[in-house]
Amino acid sequence: MKFTWFHLMPYRFLPEDFKEKYRSVWVDIPRDLYDPKVGHRLYNDYLDQLEYADSMGFDGLGVNEHHQNAYGLMPSPNIMAAALTRRTRNANLVVLGNSIALYNPPIRVAEEFAMLDVISGGRLIAGFPVGTSMDTNFCYGEVPATIREKYYEAHDLILKAWKAKDVFSFNGKYTKLRYVNLWPKPLQQPHPPIWIPGGGSVETYDFCADHDYQYSFLSYFGYIAGKKVADGYWEVMAKKNKELNPYSLGFAQVVAVAETDEQAEKDYAAHMDYFYNRCLHVYNGFADAPGYRTVKTIKAGVLGQVGDQAALRREGLKWKDFIDQGYVIAGSPKTVRERLREAMKSLNCGHLMILQQIGSMPPELVRKSTSLFATEVMPHMRDLWSNFEDRWSPKRDLPQADFAMPGPVYFDKRETNGTVRASASASAEVRSAK
Amino acid sequence: MNTTQKLLGGKFSLEMQTYGSSGEPLLFIHGAGGLMPVEPFLEELGKTFKVYAPQFPGYAESTGNEHIDDIADAVLFFHELMDELKIPTANIVGHSMGGMLAAEVAAFDVHRAKKLVLIAPAGFWIDEVPIPDLFAAQLTEIAPMLFHDPNSPAAQMMTAIPSDFKALETMYVERVKRFATASKFLWPIPDRGLKKRAYRIQAPTLLLWGDDDKLIPPVYAKEFTSRIKNCKLELIKNAGHMVMYEQQEALVSAIRKFLKG
Repeated sequence: MKFTWFHLMPYRFLPEDFKEKYRSVWVDIPRDLYDPKVGHRLYNDYLDQLEYADSMGFDGLGVNEHHQNAYGLMPSPNIMAAALTRRTRNANLVVLGNSIALYNPPIRVAEEFAMLDVISGGRLIAGFPVGTSMDTNFCYGEVPATIREKYYEAHDLILKAWKAKDVFSFNGKYTKLRYVNLWPKPLQQPHPPIWIPGGGSVETYDFCADHDYQYSFLSYFGYIAGKKVADGYWEVMAKKNKELNPYSLGFAQVVAVAETDEQAEKDYAAHMDYFYNRCLHVYNGFADAPGYRTVKTIKAGVLGQVGDQAALRREGLKWKDFIDQGYVIAGSPKTVRERLREAMKSLNCGHLMILQQIGSMPPELVRKSTSLFATEVMPHMRDLWSNFEDRWSPKRDLPQADFAMPGPVYFDKRETNGTVRASASASAEVRSAK
Repeated sequence: MNTTQKLLGGKFSLEMQTYGSSGEPLLFIHGAGGLMPVEPFLEELGKTFKVYAPQFPGYAESTGNEHIDDIADAVLFFHELMDELKIPTANIVGHSMGGMLAAEVAAFDVHRAKKLVLIAPAGFWIDEVPIPDLFAAQLTEIAPMLFHDPNSPAAQMMTAIPSDFKALETMYVERVKRFATASKFLWPIPDRGLKKRAYRIQAPTLLLWGDDDKLIPPVYAKEFTSRIKNCKLELIKNAGHMVMYEQQEALVSAIRKFLKG
């Protein structure tokens, strides 16, 4: 079993009456709710948390792309991954990912991913999502009817650019280039492992199966609701005679660990409420632009994660409901060990994308939950799926002697405005509150 | 009468509504919502004209949507259709998105439109008067956006939510199909360069606009009148964007008078 510590990077300070007062956390959220001074603290807190997760032995650090969104403050996850290349050593960098249809030309993504792979010494996992309707259609103006076609073309171009031995030309419908010649090329040859984050579009199962990509279901609804999608994926894999290798499926799950079950509720309930009721408060009209999902997916009855239907399912849910319905796996290390094992087994999932900073959760709680998970849960789950080979992670075959270390960190007093940063971990505690 | 019209050896298969059997040919190009199974205002026009009203590819039973990506494809599709119907020149009437396409058809080839009627046409964007986002609108928000009187029977009928699940799914899937197609011309902003081409329109042009159009407000008329040589505007009283359902009589009589005059 492998574990990627995944960050959404939410804005932690949306007002109490956000849901009543505003229609959406995404797309047209009022600009004046964002304070860049607070943002400065948050980004640095969040990078500290990812770096901490690296030090605690997680296999991957996860970041993703959202636009005009108060629960996902990474319009460019590559910038976060770049920051992490220099301050982490062990974990893979799971960029899940870049919405490739949005970049013109899409080789921009091939270039940046190659840079990340080279700087990090071959630690990159490259994610290629279509992107949500909110991000792609409403924020970035892509025509819903053609976004998938554009996505597939961008994918073909990027893969060709990574694999090509020579300069080539590309005459696509959406991108035309006379000279494609990728400098740098990725350190992992021919290219980094590719994971496809999905939200339940049935076409994505086929796409992953046909290309031997890992499918990552980034759900916030937990493993019970997620089983339908996982089953749909495995059904397609079985039909295509593919190996039912758990490492070819990733799954995002909210997890919170405390000393006891009661303490978990005391510590985390308010932050879950913030996440599910403020962060996921998305105007229904933005949930699904006409043409974004195919008729095939609509008829398959896979429900969206945001919008009215999703909100209706969450309406009035309390801590106990979130636990009982599997949205959240939380409690003592023992409780989490048992439920998480059961969850991963029921999904046949080998890559857990664990969400431990959730909603308004402050740094000290993130650290506690992460530390308890790393020391008292993770080691007890390592044996799961040990008879399968993980073909979807970086090989990490760069010889130790070739691995470049960053130079020493040096700040002088003038540059830091009079405060000397002793270490990343100490400053995280100082920065915690607004 | 509903028939199936094939084009280019089956590349397109169109659900074609025709009304009337004699009179000058009239091609009607519908808006983003498409045609209802029967259109009373076209029935009325059918008493004077031979009306051809195709469901655009991607709407209802019409296929071939994958062959149309942009305005040029759509215009050539209509030129091909007119040739196939043996009406190389006709009166062309278009509503909303259909008005935008009708104007493009007439601008690309000045011989296609004998006369042109544009009912609350799309095709322009004025920063100071942004058009509300119909694509993001909820069913409850649609009626006030499209109708002068959102409580009128016509408005209620058009925005009713079926209680039966199967009917709801069918309605939802059909709406997705239609709006997805429309998004090729309207998303995210309905400006595809008509401002560069409208000057080419030679046909006498009548602009009809509901005086209470909240989707594309009548102030957009000046984008057309200032560019098309022979163009006049007539406002229709007590009508919103869906003029044909709110003021059918006034609309039909204005079209008749203009095309017959």
